[in-house]
Amino acid sequence: MQIRISVGNPQSIYRQIADQIRRAVVTGELSVGEAIPSVRQLAKELVINPNTVAKAYGELTRDGVLEGQPGRGYIVANRKNIYTKTERLRRLDQVLDSLVSEAITLGFSGDELLERLSKRLEKLLPDQSLP
Amino acid sequence: MLNDLAIEARGLTRYFDSRMVVSDFDLSIPRGSVTGLLGLNGAGKTTTLRILMGLLAPTRGESYLLGKNSQCLTPDDRARIGYTVEGHFLYGWMTVRQSEKFHRETFPRWNAGMFDATVRRFGIEPSQKIRHLSRGQKAGVSLALTMAAEPELLVLDDPALGLDPVSRLALNETLLDFCDGGTKTILLSSHLLDDVERVADRVAVMVHGRLVVNTTVDDFRSRVSSWAIEHSPATRGVESIPGLVHSRQLGGKTVVTLADCDQETEAALTRIGGATCERLPITFDEAVIAYLSRSRESHSFLSSNSKRGQERMALD
Repeated sequence: MQIRISVGNPQSIYRQIADQIRRAVVTGELSVGEAIPSVRQLAKELVINPNTVAKAYGELTRDGVLEGQPGRGYIVANRKNIYTKTERLRRLDQVLDSLVSEAITLGFSGDELLERLSKRLEKLLPDQSLP
Repeated sequence: MLNDLAIEARGLTRYFDSRMVVSDFDLSIPRGSVTGLLGLNGAGKTTTLRILMGLLAPTRGESYLLGKNSQCLTPDDRARIGYTVEGHFLYGWMTVRQSEKFHRETFPRWNAGMFDATVRRFGIEPSQKIRHLSRGQKAGVSLALTMAAEPELLVLDDPALGLDPVSRLALNETLLDFCDGGTKTILLSSHLLDDVERVADRVAVMVHGRLVVNTTVDDFRSRVSSWAIEHSPATRGVESIPGLVHSRQLGGKTVVTLADCDQETEAALTRIGGATCERLPITFDEAVIAYLSRSRESHSFLSSNSKRGQERMALD
């Protein structure tokens, strides 16, 4: 995968990196066990401070997306749920709350939102059957 | 004196006659970090760097580089510190190679491979005459001369001044390469906020000789926020919002930038803006510009309340 960042973006550089890797893992562009560039390598490629990359990788490791392998750098972690069901629901609800309020602010109806959401899911996760 | 600090300044103050140029400047820079020193022209950046380098005595206060007092640096200490000044003074009649030979005489260590790699990165052949080089290439030679001495600490006064985009990229790559091992430290002043966001992990902002921000880039970003408020008679009250950095008019709205927005601040925002108050996304450069713009206007109308945000940011 090709990670791209832009400066002068409301999202910090480390957030852009973390989000792109998360997305690539979710969509299957990166598969379990696949190695990702080392901190130094990615920092060099993107011409950014290595601490920024390290911070993104640190967050992804904490969240169970990546796994640090001694001497081999980082690989995509086996998907295991490091959070309890309650915590996962809490996190999901948090994102949903802001999604719903943003949609209402923008004047979308509930149906429009649901339709949009399922289209999005089909695009991102074509293999999973949806009701 | 802690050993893990590459630079430490305590209460640095400098007057030129009765004019105060640097005021009560405290700064601690950990080893292994890249710090961008930002500020408008005349904010006191160059004077501060000159004091740190021991080229100028402070009126009050003291500073240490690599644990050594700035005012008593020995040649051995200086060999561990690389310093480039604005404008890059080089002899035009020398070739790049002659310039290297001339320079290396004065340093105990010299990494010739590093010199060649750095000048090549700027698209320079060692056989070229200095006077035929572009401004960006001269900056490259100056940087290569500084880096080849393998310093532990780099103090760069506006190294990116007047560089074209390709030279800027070469500069950024060179700086990141330099601190690759994680033990070397860079302090650079700059006006290029995009490059600072890329290369630096710490940011220091000077306003009228004072240091008003000194923290990590991420902390700075997360502590500065921006809000839009619809105009109403109450908008005049924005000056009293705690933590106000800057406010400006944008269309029918007032955009306020705040430091450390807490409950008290949010209550003040709601009181003034009511339901129309909307949080805006803010970029690194917008956050810095808010600090710098406020400083430009500070002689006019801002009340003393608005200084609070700065003081809070300066606490780190």
